[in-house]
Amino acid sequence: MEGFKKIISKAIPLLRINVNTDAIIPSREMKQVSKQGLSRGLFAGWRYKLNQRREPNPDFILNDTAYKDAQILLSGDNFGCGSSREHAVWALHEYGIRVIIAPSFGDIFYKNCIRNGILPILLSEQDISQLSDNEHKITLDNQMINDEISFEIAPADKKMLVDGLDDIELNLKHTSDIRLWENNDRMKRPWAYLSKLK
Amino acid sequence: MTKKTLFDKLWNSHTVSDLGGGVALLYIDRIFLHERTGSISLIGLKDRGRKVAKPEKVFCTMDHIVDTVPGRTDDTTMQGGREFIELTRMATKKEGIRLFDIGDQAQGIVHVISPEQGIILPGLTLVCPDSHTCTQGAFGALAWGIGSTEAEQALATDVLRVKKPRTMLVRFEGELSVGVTAKDMMLHLISKYSASGAVGYAVEFAGSAVSPLSMESRMTLCNMAVEFGAFTGMISVDQKTVDFIEGRPFAPKGDLWDQAKKNWQDLKSDYGAKFDNEIVIDASKISTTVSWGTSPGQSISLNEIIPSPKSFKDQNKKIAAENAQKYMAVKPETWLHELTIDAAFIGSCTNSRLTDLRRVSYILKGRKVAQGVRAICVPGSTKVKEEAEAEGLDHIFIEAGFEWRESGCSMCFFAGGESFGFQERVISSTNRNFEGRQGLETRTHIASPETVAASAIAGYICAAKDLENV
Ligand code: SF4
Repeated sequence: MEGFKKIISKAIPLLRINVNTDAIIPSREMKQVSKQGLSRGLFAGWRYKLNQRREPNPDFILNDTAYKDAQILLSGDNFGCGSSREHAVWALHEYGIRVIIAPSFGDIFYKNCIRNGILPILLSEQDISQLSDNEHKITLDNQMINDEISFEIAPADKKMLVDGLDDIELNLKHTSDIRLWENNDRMKRPWAYLSKLK
Repeated sequence: MTKKTLFDKLWNSHTVSDLGGGVALLYIDRIFLHERTGSISLIGLKDRGRKVAKPEKVFCTMDHIVDTVPGRTDDTTMQGGREFIELTRMATKKEGIRLFDIGDQAQGIVHVISPEQGIILPGLTLVCPDSHTCTQGAFGALAWGIGSTEAEQALATDVLRVKKPRTMLVRFEGELSVGVTAKDMMLHLISKYSASGAVGYAVEFAGSAVSPLSMESRMTLCNMAVEFGAFTGMISVDQKTVDFIEGRPFAPKGDLWDQAKKNWQDLKSDYGAKFDNEIVIDASKISTTVSWGTSPGQSISLNEIIPSPKSFKDQNKKIAAENAQKYMAVKPETWLHELTIDAAFIGSCTNSRLTDLRRVSYILKGRKVAQGVRAICVPGSTKVKEEAEAEGLDHIFIEAGFEWRESGCSMCFFAGGESFGFQERVISSTNRNFEGRQGLETRTHIASPETVAASAIAGYICAAKDLENV
C-alpha cells in the first residue's frame, strides 16, 4: 500500500446518517473473490436508476459533475456501519476517495480504511456543515484541514497510513514477545489450545 | 484489589504487548472464516507469500453463498458462487484448516455453529471477517468482527493490533412481559439510543431480565450489539454458560475441562466495577417491537404509531426518516398493523436456533400461512435442522405452509441470486433492514421469530398475541 500523501480536492457532501456498507457496496456487486473492479458497484443502489441498465441517477451526489474526481467524502453520523465487508473500502479507494470526514464511523469500517490508504477524519457535525464547497487541503503529518481545523488520529493508525505499512510486518517484529507470552499462557490456560491436526 | 469488568479481564489476559496510545497487541485464540470474506483472506495471504501460523485454531464454514434449497450443489443461484466455494475448499485444504463443507453435519451459519461445536469458549478471543461475530460474546468471550486484511494478519501472526474500546453496561431490569423476546429487547434499546448509540464501546448486557434468558436468547442480544454500533457485546459467565458448552465436540475434556471450569468462574464483571457508560432499561415496559424504516434504530412497539419525520428535533434524523418512509412505502402516523406482507422469513444468525424454531412451532401448529404470503424457514445449522426434524418441527412448518430449507445465511442478504421480489414487503427474523438487503428495493421489517410467524398467518404485521382475533 502506498503511503498517504497530501490531498487537495473538493468534498462530496453525502450528508446522510447511518450510511451502511451494504449501501456503499451492495452484496450483489461483489461477484468475485477479488479486491478489484468494485468501484463500478460503489453506491450502486443510489447511483444508478432502477432499470438495471446502469443509467446514472441524476439526483445522486456522486453523479454531479461538480464533484467529478473529488477525493474527499463528507457524511453523517455512523458512516460505514453494518457489515464488515472490506469491499466497501476497496470500492471507495478504487473510485478515488482518499479522505472520509464524518462525526463517527462504524468500528470495523474505520479500521479497514486505515489498512487501505483511506484517511477517516472525525469531525463534529457543526464543523462539517461549515466546510465550504471549494477545494480543501488535507495534510496528515500535522493533522490539519486547510491549515485551520485540526483532527485527531491514533499515532499507530497515523503511522500505518503515512508509511503504507503492512500489519503483518509490524506484528512479526514482536514474534519473540508473542512466543514468550504464548508459552506462559499455555501453562495458565492449557484448555484454550487445540491440539495440532494430524 | 481494583474491581474489573468482564471486558477488562478479557482484554488484560490477552495483551501480549501494550503499544501505547490505547493500542494493544492482543493474542487471538480462534479464527473463523466463511466462503464469502474468508476466501479473500486466504488468497490474500497466499499472494503475500504467508502461511497460516496455527491451522488447528482456524475454522471455516460454507454459509453465505451456498444455496439453501434442498439438494444443493456447488452451483449457486448467485452468479459466480461456485468460484467462492471452490476457492475456499482448495485454500482451506492447502492450509490444513477444518472446513464445515456442504453435506457436513456440522455445517451452518458461522455464529450458530461456533457455539454449537464448542469452538467458542468462555475467556477466549475469537475473530471472524464478519460483523456479527459479536454474537459469540454471549459466552463471556471477546469475539468481534474484523476486515479481511485484519483476518490475514491474525492468521499469519496470532495477534491483532486493537484500539481499546470504552466500556458500556446495558442493564435490562425487571420482568419481561409474556411474548416479549431478546429480539424485542434489542430493537427497543436501539430505537431508544440510536444505531450509533454504542459506537466505540464494548457493551456488556446484564440485569435481572438478562440472567433468566437461555444461551440462545443471550446470543440474540449480543448478535444485535453491532446494530447498536458496538465494538462487541458480551455477557458474564454463569452456570448456564458452562452447561451449554459441556460435552461439545471442540470443548475441553477430562482434566482440561475441570481446569477450564475453574478458570471461567472469574469471568464476570466484579460487583461495583466501573464502566465508562451505563444504560438502564425497564424490561417490563418493552413490548413487541418491529422496524418501520431502513435502520434498526427506526423501530417501534406495535402499540405506537409510525412517527412523523417532523417529530424528530434532529435534522439528520428527520431527513433519514423521510428517506426511509419513502423507501419503505409507509405513512407517518399510521400503524404497522395496517401493512400487508408479501413474505415472511425465519432464519439468520440472530434467530434460527432450535429454541427459536420450537417457540415458532407453538404458534404455527394447526394454523396456515395467509394466502399470497411466501413463508420460508432456514435453520441456522444442519444440526439445528436435524434436531428440529427429530422433534417433528419440520412437519409443523411445512403443514402451515412454510418452505423448510437447508441451513445457511440464505435470504438474510441478497447476493445477486435468490431474493424476495422487487418492492416486496417482508417480515424477517434477521438483523438488518437496510435498503436492498433482501433484494432490489425489498422492504424489510425486522422482528422476533414469533412476530414473523404470527404475521405470516395473519397476512399483515401483528404480534403472536393478536392471533386470537384473526
Ligand atoms: S445470517 Fe445474515 S447476518 Fe448472519 S452471518 Fe449470515 S448474512 Fe450475516
